[in-house]
Amino acid sequence: MGRLLSLTIVWLALLALLALTIVASFVLTGPFSLVAGLSIAAVKVVLIYWFFMHLREEDGLTRLMAIAVLAWLAILLLLTVADYATRA
Amino acid sequence: MSEADARPRRPNPDDMDDRGLSETPIERVSYLRAGHTLRSWLLTTDHKRIALLYLISITFFFFVGGSAAALMRIDLLTPEGDVLSNEGYNRAFTLHGVIMVWFFLIPSIPATFGNFLLPLMIGARDLAFPRLNLLSWYIYMLGGLFTLLILITGGVDTGWTFYTPLSSMFANGKVVLAATAVFIVGFSSILTGLNFIVSVHKLRCPGMGWGRLPLFVWSMYATAIVLVLATPVLSTTLVLIAAERLFGLGVFDPELGGDPLLYQHLFWFYSHPAVYIMVLPALGVVSELVASAARKTVFGYRFVAGSSLAIAAIGFLVWGHHMFVAGQSMYASAVFSFLSLAVAVPSGIKVYNWTATLYKGQVSLDPQCLFAMGFIGLFVVGGMTGLILAMLAIDVHLHDTYFVVAHFHYIMVGGTVSAYFGALHYWWPKMIGRRFSLVWGRLSALLIFFGFTLTFLPQFLLGYLGMPRRYHVYDPDFQVLHVLSSAGAGILAVAYVLPFAYLFHSMRYGEPAGDNPWGDTGLEWTVPSPPPKHNFDSIPTVTGPPYDYASRGEP
Amino acid sequence: MTMPAPARPEEPYVSLDQQHHADKLGMFVFLATEIMLFGGVFAAIFYLRLTHSEAFVAASRALHVWIGAANTAVLLSSSFAVALAVAFAREGAARHARNCLLAAVALGLAFLGLKAWEYASEYGEGLLPLNPASDLSDLHQLFMNVYLIATGLHAIHVTIGIGLLGFLVMGLGRGHLSLPRRAIVIEIGGLYWHLVDAIWVLLYPVLYLAR
Repeated sequence: MGRLLSLTIVWLALLALLALTIVASFVLTGPFSLVAGLSIAAVKVVLIYWFFMHLREEDGLTRLMAIAVLAWLAILLLLTVADYATRA
Repeated sequence: MSEADARPRRPNPDDMDDRGLSETPIERVSYLRAGHTLRSWLLTTDHKRIALLYLISITFFFFVGGSAAALMRIDLLTPEGDVLSNEGYNRAFTLHGVIMVWFFLIPSIPATFGNFLLPLMIGARDLAFPRLNLLSWYIYMLGGLFTLLILITGGVDTGWTFYTPLSSMFANGKVVLAATAVFIVGFSSILTGLNFIVSVHKLRCPGMGWGRLPLFVWSMYATAIVLVLATPVLSTTLVLIAAERLFGLGVFDPELGGDPLLYQHLFWFYSHPAVYIMVLPALGVVSELVASAARKTVFGYRFVAGSSLAIAAIGFLVWGHHMFVAGQSMYASAVFSFLSLAVAVPSGIKVYNWTATLYKGQVSLDPQCLFAMGFIGLFVVGGMTGLILAMLAIDVHLHDTYFVVAHFHYIMVGGTVSAYFGALHYWWPKMIGRRFSLVWGRLSALLIFFGFTLTFLPQFLLGYLGMPRRYHVYDPDFQVLHVLSSAGAGILAVAYVLPFAYLFHSMRYGEPAGDNPWGDTGLEWTVPSPPPKHNFDSIPTVTGPPYDYASRGEP
Repeated sequence: MTMPAPARPEEPYVSLDQQHHADKLGMFVFLATEIMLFGGVFAAIFYLRLTHSEAFVAASRALHVWIGAANTAVLLSSSFAVALAVAFAREGAARHARNCLLAAVALGLAFLGLKAWEYASEYGEGLLPLNPASDLSDLHQLFMNVYLIATGLHAIHVTIGIGLLGFLVMGLGRGHLSLPRRAIVIEIGGLYWHLVDAIWVLLYPVLYLAR
């Protein structure tokens, strides 16, 4: 039942992170708020992928397939935002 | 998902004790003869039959899109635009663009030759997900149905790019219907790409390492990456347009403070890589054709394979060059301009390596080789003019002129369609099992090359002189060049119809092709023509490098 | 997906292991397309946040933070239930697996219910652009447009996910999915649900918690 225990811990950790992100939204403003919100969400997504989606049990190829899309997502978001950030 | 247990209709070699046993007469029958009913075609999961279904459907759309082009070229014979109304002209070029891009060029080589050849080339019995493959064809047909519906109900006039706010606020045509059609057909692209990626990873036969994959498979893999990762962003874009038109939920609406350029960012994030969806398969085909023509191993195999991946990757970084004069940040433009120039490097590697492969080869002049050489020439011109357009300052002069039109037709029509016909001729004996007339084949290769050049070379001049695209009433000074272009389009029309005549003829009267009519080395040439339903009696094992003409005593 | 499993791999595979691996790869590639689909929506959100930060924050404050928080907790818990279902399925505990999936379906429905209630109260407050009586400022309306499209698109995915999970529940109930041999089917269906959850995890702070 070790597996069930670890899943339960992950679930509790996710709920704790949810609480944390709400608290952060009351404390921080501006870019800090955005960074905090996104970082905490990123941690949560990593937990979901790693434990709930079993990436920790998979081989390298499956892991690569699961996360390679991040590179393309980064291209889309960064180059688009780069335009707006540097508009005269 | 599985009916395997409840399916006693035909003996499946995998159900027998001996995995390799398929000597039963039913199993050795070619895929064309394994079932003659309509149902056996429409419910097939055989990648070869699906490839033929796709071949028939995209040929239909090629001629629908071609008719729209013919209408435009006839209209452009006179400066006054006598044949079509303004509205009618707008609808003709929109329909031409939408059909040719999404219903012909994008599925053209992947969905037909990719489907047919990928499993054969990697030594597999089918693609990884045969039912998804069939589903992708049905989705394509559903999208096609919507497109025909647009055609019947009056058309769209936004251009194939659906730019906002024209498409979202002003256009009267069937924008939502067109967006739906493209949205649907996007799913079929995604399923094809997904199938290819998983097949190449999981279904390569023993010994078929990455360094032994045919270059066509490498280019299909690179194409699949683009299909899978770019197409969904197009879907987002279309959803956003539909939301604005149907529910008034404007995201790009400048009146609310939205930015129409955001639409262009998202649209070109898909649509520029889409150009590589169209041309990467063609590059793969030409690598095969060049090796076959020269009867030599491809010069710099690793570089040709790697350049496919490089083009797929860099292709995602260049979309902003469509927006140089649209109000994009100058700094972003400079970065996009630089990255666009960088695409020339892997493209150049390919061209140099093909040339080096042909060098001192025993070059044959079979039709498919003529198509390949025509491709190389036209691709170089198309690519070089692309560099011109990627330069910030020159683009200000040339943006939205016929120079751009000529440039992308050189890549998509001169390049991809030439390669498509090259592939059709090269693999026709494998697909159908019959030889066709080489004389007619050579003639159509030459006609396509010269017809194409006559059509589009004058358009470079027109564009440089200032003829804007998407206009049908123009300065009479331009008429000579327009008439030349229309004359070329006439030749091109004949040249495109010609192969259908002699290829159909060969289906009935052609000599049997034999397993390996061109004497080539790939796994697809080791099976009978046309291939049996299960491709391989037993899964083959590869022991040597690809294009190993040398070990057969050829130069 | 719920038919009895062949003892042998299906065409064109040579081993079950190869087939399962391919299925998993295929699902992850498909999830990549979903991520890119929402990537376009996030690009629109980030554009707004960057060019109209003040209006964005003001509009974000007007949303129901606590309904959103509750919904996040609901989805995280449903993901947990699906993960448990897979763990049970691998051990062959079909009844436990089925109950967990049922819980996940119930939580998914609860998410949709809360979302509907949220939309309804926003409509009543004149926050939704669809309400002809609403008199939002231009930028506020722009934000609400993006919000509606993002959450609406996500809700469509939740609905599809509920259907998928319901399909698995039925498969288990009718004994079509013999466990643990076919645990892979539940695992792959579950991957989709986890992704829908992960997307909400990202949407929530970006839309509701901008300060």
